[in-house]
Amino acid sequence: MDFQVVVLAGGTSKNLVPLVSQEVPKALLPVANRPVLSYVLELLELSNLKDLIVVVEGQDAALRVGGWISGAYVDRLHVEVAAVPEDVGTADALRAIAHHLTANNILVVSGDLVCDVPPGAVAAAHRRHDAVVTAMLCSAPVSGPSESGPAGGKDKTKKPGRYNIIGLDPTKQFLLYIATGAEVEKDIRVQKSILRAVGQMEMRADLMDAHLYAFKRSVLQEVLDQKSTFQSLKQDVLPYLVRSQLRSEVLLNGTPQAEDNGNEKVASQNSQVVLSRLVANASTPSFHELYALGSNGSAPVRRTHKCCAYIASKTKYCVRLNSIQAFSDINRDVIGEASHLSGYSFSAHNNIIHPSAELGLKTTVGPHCMLGEGSQMGDKCSVKRSVIGRHCRIGSNVKVVNSVVMNHVTIGDGCSIQGSVICSNVQLQERVVLKDCQVGAGFVITAGCVYKGESLARK
Amino acid sequence: MDARRASRMVPDPKVRHVGFFTPGAPPDRAQSGPPESSSPPVSDMSPASNSLSPVMIPPPRHASEPLSSRPVAVPVMASPLRRPSNVDSVPVGSYNPSESLLGTSPVPSSSSRIGDRDGFSEESSGWFPRSSSGKFASSFPSGGFDLTAVKSGDFAAAAAAAASNSTAVSVAKKPAGVSSTEKGGGAVTAVQSELPSSKKPLKEKTTKAERRALQESQRAAKVFGKGSKAEGKKSALVSTGTALGKTVKQPSQKKDDTPLTSTAASDKKGGDRPTEKDRKKDVPPPRMQFDDKNRVDKAKRRAVVKQTEARNRVELFRHLPQYEHGTQLPDLELRFFQLDPMHPAVYKVGLQFLAGDIFGGNARCVAMLRAFQEAIKDYSTPPEKTLVRDLTAKISSYVSFLTECRPLSISMGNAIRVLKNRIAKLPLTLSESEAKSSLCSDIDRFINEKIVLADKVIVRYANTKIRDGDVLLTYGSSSLVEMILLYAHELGKQFRVVIVDSRPKLEGQALLRRLVEKGLSCTYTHINAASYIMHEVTRVFLGASSVLSNGTVYSRVGTACIAMVAHAFRVPVLICCEAYKFHERVQLDSICSNELGDPDAISKVPGRMDVNYLDNWANKENLQLLNLIYDATPSDYISMIITDYGMVPPTSVPVIVREYREHLWI
Repeated sequence: MDFQVVVLAGGTSKNLVPLVSQEVPKALLPVANRPVLSYVLELLELSNLKDLIVVVEGQDAALRVGGWISGAYVDRLHVEVAAVPEDVGTADALRAIAHHLTANNILVVSGDLVCDVPPGAVAAAHRRHDAVVTAMLCSAPVSGPSESGPAGGKDKTKKPGRYNIIGLDPTKQFLLYIATGAEVEKDIRVQKSILRAVGQMEMRADLMDAHLYAFKRSVLQEVLDQKSTFQSLKQDVLPYLVRSQLRSEVLLNGTPQAEDNGNEKVASQNSQVVLSRLVANASTPSFHELYALGSNGSAPVRRTHKCCAYIASKTKYCVRLNSIQAFSDINRDVIGEASHLSGYSFSAHNNIIHPSAELGLKTTVGPHCMLGEGSQMGDKCSVKRSVIGRHCRIGSNVKVVNSVVMNHVTIGDGCSIQGSVICSNVQLQERVVLKDCQVGAGFVITAGCVYKGESLARK
Repeated sequence: MDARRASRMVPDPKVRHVGFFTPGAPPDRAQSGPPESSSPPVSDMSPASNSLSPVMIPPPRHASEPLSSRPVAVPVMASPLRRPSNVDSVPVGSYNPSESLLGTSPVPSSSSRIGDRDGFSEESSGWFPRSSSGKFASSFPSGGFDLTAVKSGDFAAAAAAAASNSTAVSVAKKPAGVSSTEKGGGAVTAVQSELPSSKKPLKEKTTKAERRALQESQRAAKVFGKGSKAEGKKSALVSTGTALGKTVKQPSQKKDDTPLTSTAASDKKGGDRPTEKDRKKDVPPPRMQFDDKNRVDKAKRRAVVKQTEARNRVELFRHLPQYEHGTQLPDLELRFFQLDPMHPAVYKVGLQFLAGDIFGGNARCVAMLRAFQEAIKDYSTPPEKTLVRDLTAKISSYVSFLTECRPLSISMGNAIRVLKNRIAKLPLTLSESEAKSSLCSDIDRFINEKIVLADKVIVRYANTKIRDGDVLLTYGSSSLVEMILLYAHELGKQFRVVIVDSRPKLEGQALLRRLVEKGLSCTYTHINAASYIMHEVTRVFLGASSVLSNGTVYSRVGTACIAMVAHAFRVPVLICCEAYKFHERVQLDSICSNELGDPDAISKVPGRMDVNYLDNWANKENLQLLNLIYDATPSDYISMIITDYGMVPPTSVPVIVREYREHLWI
C-alpha cells in the first residue's frame, strides 16, 4: 500500500527517570512484563506492516533495542534499527534517516504508544483525502490511580488541559488548528482565512495527539529540508503544515508535472481540465478545494494542502507512555480493562500467574494482577492490581497494591507497597513501607524505612 | 416542440419496437412478444433458435433425447393449451403487464436472449424469480421451476421435490401435484392470484413447468436414490418434449450434485446460460439476488468489505444489496494494510465511492478508469503467468472490490467491458511494457472519445435546441446538462434555468451555485413544486445514468416524475446521455434493478434537530425506509435522446447499442 513505517523509539527520556536508565531505555520499559515497544511492533505486525525502521536515540540504547528486537522478532518482522545522537528532536531524527525513506507515504509512530487503533485507519483516511499529513487523535486519558474514589476526582481537577487544543472542521475530518496545551497561555490565535474558508470550527481540548502520523513523503522531506530549525514533529512540523494549509508552500507532487504538460500539448490539457472539472464537480468538495477555486472560480488557483485527522473511537485504547503516571496507568490498564493488548490469556480469576510462580500459604493474588515467571511469594501475602515481574522473591506478609514490580526484585517480610514502581534488582528489606514512590534499578532500601511520594535512585 | 410532437408519435412503444429489428437481433425480441403471438409456429421456432446455443453446450444427459426431441416437442407444447387448470398459480403481483406481454409464446427464447445479451443480466435473473415458474418454461425447463423453488425457500424446494416425485410416473395425467407445488411457490412469492387475460400463455407455461418438475423429480430420484428407475425412465420419455430446452439447461445443472444447490446454481446460470461463447467473456457475471441466502453467504465469505445487512429492508427490494451504512467504511479503513493485492489507487477510489466522495456516472467512471490506469502502470506479470490472463483476473478483483464499495453504474460496467476486451485482444507478441502502455493509451482514448469528446458533441447538438427566451428545467445535477447550459450561456443565448432538486442529496444546490457564479439566471425549487413550475418551462433537459434498449431512461430517482409532469404539460423532455452509457438490457420498471441508498439519509433532516420522529426507526420492525437511487422513465415520456451520435428518438436506442457493440468497440 505504499507506506513505510518509522517507529520513533526514543532514548532515555528524562520524564521517566528513575525508571529508565542506561540499561533500560524507554523502549524496553516493561509493561506487563513486555517491553513497551513490543506493543507498537505487534500493532504494526497485526496490520501486516513488516518492514519497519526503528529510530533510537543513542548508540547504546540502539544496540540494546536492536538486540532485543532481533531476538524477539527474528523471523516475523524485518526491522532496521537506526541510531541517532541523543537529545535530538523527532524532526531531526527523521532528517537523519531521510535517505532510507522511499515510499510515497510515511507512517510515523511513536514507540511509546500503547493502543489498539489499527494504523490502517489512519492510513486510509490519509489516502482517501490525499492529505499531506494525517494525525491520529484519541481521547485524552483520564489519568490518576485506579481507585476511582476521591483521589481520582482530585487529580482531574488538579491537571488543567495539558494535552492539546485541537480545531476541527464540522465533518471532523480536517485539522484546522493544533497546539500543545502546555504552550497555550491565555489565548490562542486562529487564522482568519481558515476560519473564513471553513465557516465553522470546533475547538476541542479533550483530544490528544497520539503521535501517529501519516505523512506524504515528498512534503515531509521538503519541510524538513527547508525549515532547518524545526525540531519536533509535533511542535513544529505539524502546526506548520496545519497553519499553512490554505497557502501551501510545499509542492505537491504532480502539480509541476501538469504545468509541463500544459506547455506541450494544449489540446490534451484542455481535455484534462474538462475532466478534472467533471470529477471535481461530482465530488463533495472539501473547503480546501472551494477555497482554492476562489470565490468566483476564475481566480488563479490557490495552492492548498490538506491536513486530516483521524479520531479514534472512544472504545479504543490509546495511551502514550510519556510519564511515570502514564507508566503505572498503562500497566494497570493492560492487565485490566485493556487486557486484550497484553496478549496473555487470563485465568478464571482474571489474573495471570505464571505456572512456575510459587505462592505461599494464604497468599492471595487478586484480579487484574500479573505474576511473572519464577517468582516466589511467602505466606499471607496479598497482591492487588499489580504487576510483578520475573524471578522476584517476596517474603511473607507483604502487601502490593497498584504497583509495578519489575524483575529480580527482593522484598523482605512485612513490606507494604502502594502505588509504586520498583525497578529491577531492587532490594527491599523488612517492613519497608512505600507509597507512591519510584525506586530506581539496583537500589537497596534498608529495613523499616517509610517513604511517601519519593523518587529513589542510586546515585 | 417539433421534436416532441414527432417523438410523441413514435413511442407507442411495444409494437413499434418490433419491426425495428430483424429477428436475428436479439434485444428487441423481448419487445416483440405480442405481435408475433400466434403461438405454435413460434414455439416451434424458439427451440430452433435455441438450438443454436445448445451446439456449444455439452451433450444432454439422456442420450436418446436429442434425436427424438424435436418431433415430440410440438405436440407437447401444444397440449398444454387445453389445460386451463393452474393458471392462478402463476402471476405475481405488480408484474402482470410484463408477464402478459412476455408470456406470449416467443418470449421464452427472447427472454433467454435478454439474459445472454444483457451485459449485466442481473435484471434478467431478477425477472425469473418474480415471474413465477410457468413463463419461461418453454425455454428453460428447469429454470423457472427452480427459481420458484429458490424464491420460496427451502420449504418450497422440498415440496417441489416431493411433488415431482409423486408426479414422476406421468405428469401429463397429474398436473395437480405440480400445480400445487407451483402454488406453493406462488403463494410465497405472489400476491395477486388471478390473471384471466393471460390465461393461454400461462396455461402453456404451467405444463412446461410440469415438465420441468418432472426433470426435477428425475434428478431428485437419482440423487436421493428414492424414485424407482422405471419411473425415472417414464418421466424421461415424457420429458423428451422439452429435450431441447433441457439440452440447454441440463449441462449446467449436471455439475451440481444436489437439486437444492442446483437451484441456486441454475439461478445464476439462468442469467448467462445462453451466452454465446464469444460474448461471454465481456459479460460481467449476473448480479446477485440478495434475497438468496446461500449465495449471499457465499459472497460474504469472499467479500473484501465487511458488510452487515440492513435489518429493515423493504420486502419488494430485498433482492438488491443493502447494508448497514456506517459500518463498512471504518471496517475497510481498519484493514487498510491487510488488503495487499489491492492497488492503492483502486483502494482510494473504492474508499471514495464508499464514503460518497465521488458520485455521478461520468465522474465515477473516470475515477475508476484512472485508478485502473495506475494499477496497470504498476503491474508486472508474475512469473509463469501470461499478462492477458493475470491482468484480467486482477482487474476483475478490483472490480469486485469496487462493487462491494458501491454497486457499479452501468457506465462503469460498459467501460470495464471495453477494458477487458482490450486486454483479451492484446496481441501475444507485445512485450509487457508495450502491452501496458497500449492499455493505458486505450483507457485514455476511451475517456477522451467516449466521455470528453462525446460531451462536446452533445453540447453542440443540444444547443441547437436552446433558443432565446427559453426556460430550461433540469433535475438534480448532471454534468452534461451543466456543460450544455454553460455553453449556451457563453454563446450569449438568453434563457433562464429552473433547477429542480430533491432530498436527500440536494445535488442541485451545487449545480445552482456553479451556474449562478457563471451569471446564469436560475430558479431553484424542489421536486414537490414540479407541477407548479412546469407551466412556465419550455424545455426539460435531463441527464441519465443509462439509456436502455427499449428506450427506458435509467436515471437519478425523480427523473421519471419530472418527465411525466413535463409530458402532461406538453413540454419536450430531452435526455442528454453519452452513448457509452447505453445498455442493451430491457427494463420495464425500476424495481428489478436499482440501488438502495442509506435509509438514514431520508429519515434525518439536516439542520432540523426537532424533526426526529424517525429516530431509532431501525428498531421498529414494521417500519421500513426505502431510499432508492435510480428510477426508470418509460420512453413514452421522452421526446428525444441527445447522444454523441445525434439526436434520436428513444426507439433508436437499440440501433446505437448494436452499432456501438459491433463496430465501434472492438
